[in-house]
Amino acid sequence: MTRVVRQPPAQPLARTRARLEGTTLVELTGLSRDRLLGMYQRMALIRQFEEQAAALYRAGRIRGVTHTYQGQEAVAVGATWCLTEEDYITSTHRGHAHVLAKGADEKRCMAELMGRATGYCRGRGGSMHIADLSRGILGANGIVGGGMGIAVGSALASDLLKNGRVTVCFFGDGALNQGILHEVSNLAAIWRLPCVFLCENNFYGMSGPVDNMLALGPDGFKGRAQAFGLPAVECDGMDVIDVFLGVREGVERARAGEGPTYVFTHTYRFLGHHVGDPLTYRDKEEPELWRRLDPIPNFGRLLVEQGLASTQDLADWDQEASVRIAEAVRYAESSPEPSRDTLLEGLFG
Amino acid sequence: MRGEQIEERSLTYAQALNEALREEMQRDARVILLGEDIGVWGGGGVFGVTKGLLEEFGAERVRDTPISEAGFTGAGLGAALAGLRPVVEFMYVDFSMLAMDQICNQAAKIRWMLGGDVSVPLVIRAQQGAGRGNGPQHSQSLEAWYAHTPGLKVVMPSTPYDAKGLLKTAIRDDNPVVFLEHKLLYGTRGPVPKEDYTIPFGQAAIVRQGRHVTCVALSYQVHKALEAADVLAEEGIELEIIDPRTLVPYDRETVARSIMKTGRLLVTHQAPERAGFAAEVVMCALEDAFDYFDAPPLRVCGKNVPIPYSLTLEAAAIPQTEDLVRAAKRLVEGVPLGGRRS
Repeated sequence: MTRVVRQPPAQPLARTRARLEGTTLVELTGLSRDRLLGMYQRMALIRQFEEQAAALYRAGRIRGVTHTYQGQEAVAVGATWCLTEEDYITSTHRGHAHVLAKGADEKRCMAELMGRATGYCRGRGGSMHIADLSRGILGANGIVGGGMGIAVGSALASDLLKNGRVTVCFFGDGALNQGILHEVSNLAAIWRLPCVFLCENNFYGMSGPVDNMLALGPDGFKGRAQAFGLPAVECDGMDVIDVFLGVREGVERARAGEGPTYVFTHTYRFLGHHVGDPLTYRDKEEPELWRRLDPIPNFGRLLVEQGLASTQDLADWDQEASVRIAEAVRYAESSPEPSRDTLLEGLFG
Repeated sequence: MRGEQIEERSLTYAQALNEALREEMQRDARVILLGEDIGVWGGGGVFGVTKGLLEEFGAERVRDTPISEAGFTGAGLGAALAGLRPVVEFMYVDFSMLAMDQICNQAAKIRWMLGGDVSVPLVIRAQQGAGRGNGPQHSQSLEAWYAHTPGLKVVMPSTPYDAKGLLKTAIRDDNPVVFLEHKLLYGTRGPVPKEDYTIPFGQAAIVRQGRHVTCVALSYQVHKALEAADVLAEEGIELEIIDPRTLVPYDRETVARSIMKTGRLLVTHQAPERAGFAAEVVMCALEDAFDYFDAPPLRVCGKNVPIPYSLTLEAAAIPQTEDLVRAAKRLVEGVPLGGRRS
């Protein structure tokens, strides 16, 4: 078997650094210092959540499968930083980060992973089904491409109800080959719906590498959007600012009634498809190359360079994140299992 | 068709459905329609069910969709989660297979899977059934598939009266409802009150009373059963015809009570016999009224083949009035244990 080693961009945050010549991060993004620091803090929280989820899974304390997100944090955070609490997202089987970035409570997320009554789904959904409609989180999804129809539907509702809400539809490179994406891209385009199709290309659909699985024309990923006459943006998915700026273009277009946008981000999952993945399909060297692009410490360094934080601040926030996640694990572990009597509750309402 | 003689106002089944849609859209601005060729085609869809609605409510609420069953079903679901009450239409239930993930993995599960507090006010209307020469991919009856999926309500009206009342109930329901209309029923007429009324789910209708054989009939087969009952009456055999009207929830009590009176059960639907809803009807009845059975129950259902195109073959594939008459007689005259083989 031949394995292509995917070379990451040569320099971390290269696109953001290029844009920063002669300006500051605050000016470039229009974000307050607190919001910028919040990006780091949320990415750190997500990383800790995923590290703990993986550890708990290996220890046999989480059932089923757990798909973790280490390495991709810039995408979830960069994208959701463009949204209000009322805006919608739909997520994927690798969805912990999306929901945490959109504001879901880490305690209830962890409780769901551990199948407890206090979890977001009362222990019924597990890792792949966390949702919080009060925060516009329309759900992770166990089916590749499964959230895309819902995303276009929430955008349709926003359009008819004229409530100004935008929907961001997260999906991976694997879902680029699901038929429903073709259907909903067309629907969203003909009806000019306020949504952003956000592709996270992490180069593998389970073991299937994009090189072998994805037919692309001369315009690459963007060609998929061009087929529907939709604008497309391509971003460095290891760069939270680049993702933020790219998704913001789409969100602004949606809010202005100009219809959907595709955003393609290129990112990398440091671990495999799920915890326990044998990783027979990729070169051992590859994740090491990409870890140099780790979106969290690299963004931290940028914040320090910009005079927005000190290295001590970064260390404190990392520590804070691990304390919060440890607390979430304690909360989950001390929460009760759902009672057997509740099994049939709420099938209909 | 039943009830014609007492009409105060008679509508076709298609008109009754149309009236339900119109009244619910007038009543609640959140009700929208999504489907293929429901607007401009022929002034309201292939069977006229959405006639006049585009003109009255506009293209925002009466949306002609591209031929994208999965896409527009998913859109209906998402819109339901985000504050609308969509009614999605499949021109033929056969096309719903293209949206199976949206219906069975997504819509059916989402309320329960997310803990039970999420409302999913989505109606999935589909036209189904055989008898019109539409061939193997336009003539199926898929109620058993949907009834088998936890989280979906399944409705099968057989009269204009029920069509209107049940569709209104479906639209006001906060759960996904699969609403299955039979293609041969659209032109049938019956009394439909002008006033607003709903029919609760889970209440069977005793369409005709009788003492000898309980006949549970779904959708179009209710009318076949009525024909059979007339023939049997001449020979002194009385059919008690029960139309469950909704399969989920299913009114097992009405059926059990009837068997306690008749001691005999005949179940009929157009869908293939194997693993069809008739098996569920029979099993529920055995659980509820085993001691009252005087004969083994019988099914008169579709053959276990695709629905053929040819007039002769199609008629052979779906249960006819004579089949019901023959089966009822066997029940009354005694059926040897082991019954028939198919």
